[in-house]
Formats: sequence, C-alpha cells, structure tokens
Amino acid sequence: MLLRDVEYARPKTVEEAIRLLSGNEGARPLAGGQTLVNVMKARAASPDVLVDLQDLDDLRGVRDLGNGSVEIGAMTTCAQLVADEAAGARSILGEVAATIADAQVRNRGTIGGNVCSNDPTNHFPPLLVALNATFTIVGAAGERTVPADEFFLGVYMTAAGPGELLTTITIPQGGQDGFAAVTIGRDGTAIVSAAASLNGGARIAIGCVDAVPVRARGMEERIGSDFSDGNVRAAVEGLGGTLDPPSDVHASADYRRHLAEVLAVRAVAAARERR
Amino acid sequence: MEAVTSKRITVTVNSEEIEYDVEARRLLVHFLRDDLDLTGTHVGCDTGNCGACTVLYNGVPAKSCMLLAIQSDGASIETVESLARDGELTPLQQSFSDHHALQCGYCTPGMLMSATALLRSNPAPSEDEIRKAIQGNICRCTGYVNIVEAVKAASRQGVS
Repeated sequence: MLLRDVEYARPKTVEEAIRLLSGNEGARPLAGGQTLVNVMKARAASPDVLVDLQDLDDLRGVRDLGNGSVEIGAMTTCAQLVADEAAGARSILGEVAATIADAQVRNRGTIGGNVCSNDPTNHFPPLLVALNATFTIVGAAGERTVPADEFFLGVYMTAAGPGELLTTITIPQGGQDGFAAVTIGRDGTAIVSAAASLNGGARIAIGCVDAVPVRARGMEERIGSDFSDGNVRAAVEGLGGTLDPPSDVHASADYRRHLAEVLAVRAVAAARERR
Repeated sequence: MEAVTSKRITVTVNSEEIEYDVEARRLLVHFLRDDLDLTGTHVGCDTGNCGACTVLYNGVPAKSCMLLAIQSDGASIETVESLARDGELTPLQQSFSDHHALQCGYCTPGMLMSATALLRSNPAPSEDEIRKAIQGNICRCTGYVNIVEAVKAASRQGVS
C-alpha cells in the first residue's frame, strides 16, 4: 500500500521530539507502528509528520521500584515486558503482553503505543486502570502526571494531546493482579476483557464495553475486602446492567454485559489465586 | 532537526550494507521487493495480520508491511533469500520440503523466518512453543500440522 505523502524525523532526545511534535500541527509520534502504520494505510489517520521515537533510549525499559511498584518506559515493547526481569516484579504485565497478537507484533508494539492508541479492544488500558497506574506526559509546557482514571478520554483519545508525549507509566505498590478476556481466536482481539487488582480493596476495570475502560465501582464496593469466591460472585450481580456496550458482529450488547460479569469474576479469582 | 520527505538510509540486508534514497512513506516490504528486488518477502494481506512479509529485523521477526523503510536506517534485516547458500537449503527449509509443510508456498517465506528466529533462540522448542512462534503467520493450505512437524524435525537436527 502506498501511503499518503508524509514527513519524517528521528529525534535523539525527548526535548527534540517535543519540539517537533509541538511545532508541527499534524505531527504524530511513531512508536512501534503496529497500529499507526496500518491506520495510515487505511487513510483512517493521515499525519503530516511522523516523529520516530526509536532513538529515545530513556523511554525504553522497566525499573523495579520495590514492593511491586514498577516504572515502565513508554517505548518498552510487549516482548520486553515478557522477558524483562524487572517487569517480573509485576508479573501480570508480561503475562498480558504475551497474549497480545503475535510474536512479530510483540517485538515491535510498545506499551505506550497500546495505551495512546486507546482502541477500546486493547489490553493495557483496562489493566492499567485496575493497577491504578499513573502516566507521565511531557509537553512544551513541562511535565505532568495523570492518573489512569483520567488518562483515557475516548476512542483513540487520551490525556496525551497534540504536541505531547507519554514518557513513563508508573505502577504503584501492590497487589495481586488478574486479567481475563474472551477473544476472537487465541490471543486475538478482545470481545470483552476484565482486569482486577487486589490490595486491601479491589480495583476492577472492564474493557471493550465503552470508549474507555469502565471501573466496576459498585462491584468494588460490594466486595470490600472480602475476596472470597462467594462474596465476589454475589458482588458482581448487577454489573452488566450498569454497562452500555456496543453490539457488533462478534457479540450483542446483552452478551457483552453477560461476559463482563463472567470475566470480572474470573479476573478477581485469578488475582486472588496469584502468589 | 527538520522533518524530511525522503532520506538516504544505510541498511544491512542479508549481510550486505546498502545505501538507498527512500521516501518517508515507503513501506519496508516495498523497499525490499521493488527497490532491492528481493521478492521472496511476500505481501499477503497488507494489514499486519498474515505474516507473509515477515523478516528478521535486528534479529527478531517483524512484519515488513508495518515498518517504514526510512525507519530501518542503521538496522540489520534478514530475508528468506539469506537462508539457502549456493542453492543448498538450510535444514529447516529441507525439513519443510520433506514434511510437505507447504502447498501454495505463499506463507512459506514468513513461516521460515519466524521458525528460523525461534530455533536460534530456542533450539529445542516444544510443540506449544512452535505454535506460539508461528501464530503471526497465517497459512490457508496446510492446516499447520505439517509446518509444526517440519519445525520439530529441524530442531532435532540443529538448524544453524
């Protein structure tokens, strides 16, 4: 496929990347390209300037901050999350990364690209909401951090706006984590996904049922700190009724409501059983 | 630094260093096929799903339809043309032939590159590991069984 004409730059520093992104309307960061290049082929996105982040080594890799807290550079690939020892401090990250698409995509696709594209079927948005991650965003005006509950704004839209760059994702101390999804084929696109993190209380997020991950706040309150199977199954009652998911060729809205309840229970159970 | 619409890149393809002027919008797969005449790398779906365009990019499998040629400045790329030397097949290629692991052959270059990378990093993979490694390579003919058998057999002989 011949792409529309586009300009390209490959900055060596974050500062230079910000200058290019904020100085060119229509400039977009190019991370792994596993989403962006395809939407460019489909003409669903037509950036005027691609700012290739591959030389920004500061944005690669995982730091173990202790007690399950980890700091992940936005350019860290899924394959690195699977293999990285520091990422193992929060093992759910590698486990979920290992189920994204296929080896080729995991070798190129980055966690930052996954969250910034914020396709509602992506794995990391609901997971990072459940993990209560914070997102560090750099722009011409400086650096700010945004909590996961405020990072995802809409389909393909996040708090990292034009001219800005997501640099780091920080997972706070925790916690037992779980993830469950029904997918189109093994490791395929999710039809519904659910993530849970237990740390005193429960944080539960459902994916694919809205433009952004949806916190199951009622269920979280009903669970309290009693993670027993009986209590979790009782607590999930009514979750589906609070959701307004889309219907499509893969699943009706009603079936997605049903799956949300089933998967929320499975995600909590997977978290509970984690050592 | 200013953004450019084209650039002279230096890229190592199948152990040969190449300098070439590429447009920013040129996909790596078209650079390989149309500029370098390395037509072993196939375009299947052009949507990142089928894996027929798989090459080894800095040693690991990547789909060359989801990379821009201009990104590969400084990179090392291996295509299916790098496998056989002087007409002599690698053990993996011979094993594909021996086990009838291809029919139409369209997916084969991508399958070979994914499996080559697997056997380099994991010389004795389990069947699950083989299946996981070729998950990004779609074959419409074989049903995969013979491909898995071929990789398994090659792993017993050592592939390098």
